[in-house]
Amino acid sequence: MTAQPPEGAAPPASADQDALRVEHISKRFGAVTALVDLNLHLGKGEVLGLLGDNGAGKSTLLKILCGFQPPDSGKIILNGEEVSFKSVQHARELGVDVVYQDLALIDQLSVYHNMFLNREAVRWPLLSNRTMRREARQRLDDMGIGLKSVDAPVARLSGGQRQAIAVARSVYSNPKVLLLDEPLAAMGAKEAALILELIRDLKRKGEVSIIIVAHNYGQVMEICDRINLLQHGEITFDKLSKDTSVQELNDIVIEEYRRALQERQRSA
Amino acid sequence: MSETAQRTGPAAAEPAGGPPSSPGWGLVQRAGTVFIRQREATVFVVAVLLVIYFGFISSASSTFFTKLDIINITQIMAPIAIIAIGEVFLLICGEIDLSPGFVYLFAPFLMHYLIDFYGWPPLLAILAALLFGLVVGLVNGFFTVTVGVPSFITTFATGFFLYGLTLWTSHAEPVPPSPSVEGIGHWIGTYAWAMLTWTVVLVAIFHVVLNWTRWGLHTIAVGGNQLGASEAGVNVARLKYGNFMITAVLGAFVGLQVAFQVNTIDPSAGGFNAMFYSVTAAVIGGTAMLGGSGTILGAFLGSLVLALLLDGFNLIGISANVVNMIFGIAVLAAMVANVQLARLRGAGRVS
Repeated sequence: MTAQPPEGAAPPASADQDALRVEHISKRFGAVTALVDLNLHLGKGEVLGLLGDNGAGKSTLLKILCGFQPPDSGKIILNGEEVSFKSVQHARELGVDVVYQDLALIDQLSVYHNMFLNREAVRWPLLSNRTMRREARQRLDDMGIGLKSVDAPVARLSGGQRQAIAVARSVYSNPKVLLLDEPLAAMGAKEAALILELIRDLKRKGEVSIIIVAHNYGQVMEICDRINLLQHGEITFDKLSKDTSVQELNDIVIEEYRRALQERQRSA
Repeated sequence: MSETAQRTGPAAAEPAGGPPSSPGWGLVQRAGTVFIRQREATVFVVAVLLVIYFGFISSASSTFFTKLDIINITQIMAPIAIIAIGEVFLLICGEIDLSPGFVYLFAPFLMHYLIDFYGWPPLLAILAALLFGLVVGLVNGFFTVTVGVPSFITTFATGFFLYGLTLWTSHAEPVPPSPSVEGIGHWIGTYAWAMLTWTVVLVAIFHVVLNWTRWGLHTIAVGGNQLGASEAGVNVARLKYGNFMITAVLGAFVGLQVAFQVNTIDPSAGGFNAMFYSVTAAVIGGTAMLGGSGTILGAFLGSLVLALLLDGFNLIGISANVVNMIFGIAVLAAMVANVQLARLRGAGRVS
């Protein structure tokens, strides 16, 4: 079995229905080619699973989509308009927000200061801690994230709680597109369930389109509408979740592994 | 421990299962809990112990509480505390400045040159000396943040440059401040309580800046997780530039203060010693050398501890050579006491 071509089973949505389209994106780092002529689309309200092995280019693609670095060539089209992100801040203003794997939380700061980092409520020249505390509380309660105190430094929280706070922080600015980088990494079953429920909630509300980047597809499969597989900097597989299975993805990955092994043996 | 968590007050419930007690005793306990939760509490206890020792126990007790001696203590403390303010901001965001003692050294000479050789009006010369501090901070920021040299090296280099610049331009000769600047000078450093007043005002202002403004919050954020902070859109470069500039300006200001206070512009003033006292005060006061947390109030109390030690041993009449040994031991003891008290706080019933 070989990898599917990008124009696989999933029907290509028309451009004006897409929250985000990526066309012919390439990125090189010196001699290393990270992304090759990559195309991707994300429908409005859709949850897209972007899967791939380590080194497939997931992180690079994510960094380009959130404005952390520009692509060498290609177009990003957000709600039908071509954009070029100057910075993470700029991308966020345009409606694309990201929750990083390392969460970008500050251990020393309280939950509410983390949630409002760099968009603090201010009554010039002072911080309006009372406002931030109240709104953080409100937002976490709305999202069903049970937390005893928003005053505790995030260092004291569990991995799941930290992830929940990071997601809550991103959702706060009402993004159109939310990028989640390995949202379930290193998380126990209970914690993972909390995060999946959170994503399901967002999906129900339908205000935000989500890309979930993960290498453990078993965990995220059930929550995604569609699955894209990234291999060697290209999207090699694009199917609706209901038309594929963990088994099929496994087979592709194992096939790829075999081929790599054979190549190594041949060159040795 | 985060400043934030402590500041936000008794979020955690009172420990359950304590002994039954009268409301009065409960109040005392509660006050004790709130007190000990402050990171500055430990260095405060150390300072109080020193006051008790020098004021009541040691042979210096007859002179320790005289007005003259108290003024003397504040005048030792002020330069340490004011530069320590800047160092706290830099240490929190993961940097250090070794050069403020040399800005301290050069700034009053610059004022002297501008007034006496170039005929500038005194106020303008003072502003220029402070502005010079800003420029040094900018240079420190440029090489550290933009070029990527570690701040330890950058500021070591600028420090030496300023040292040489001062000795070269002044021919290593002390001069008195020009009589024309005396009027302003009184308010800056000559009046008995001027140094203390400035210290208290600056400590109060920067305590608020650190704890209740975006600048302070972002400084802590950058020290805690620089990548995370920059991913959240915090302008790390601007923040570090700014903190270098704050530190250098404070260094320049201290230099002017001391020049007015002793009525001499001294080519042996300031230097690395001045900086090390300040960094030590900051660390004794509870600022982490590796960044992420720190307190201005703690640095102020740390400066007080150092000033009490320097003044107290002097009063006791220990010879100048031996006093260095005792000072070294005492600083170490103060820090050990601080660490132990902090451990008590961490292990005990308070979070």
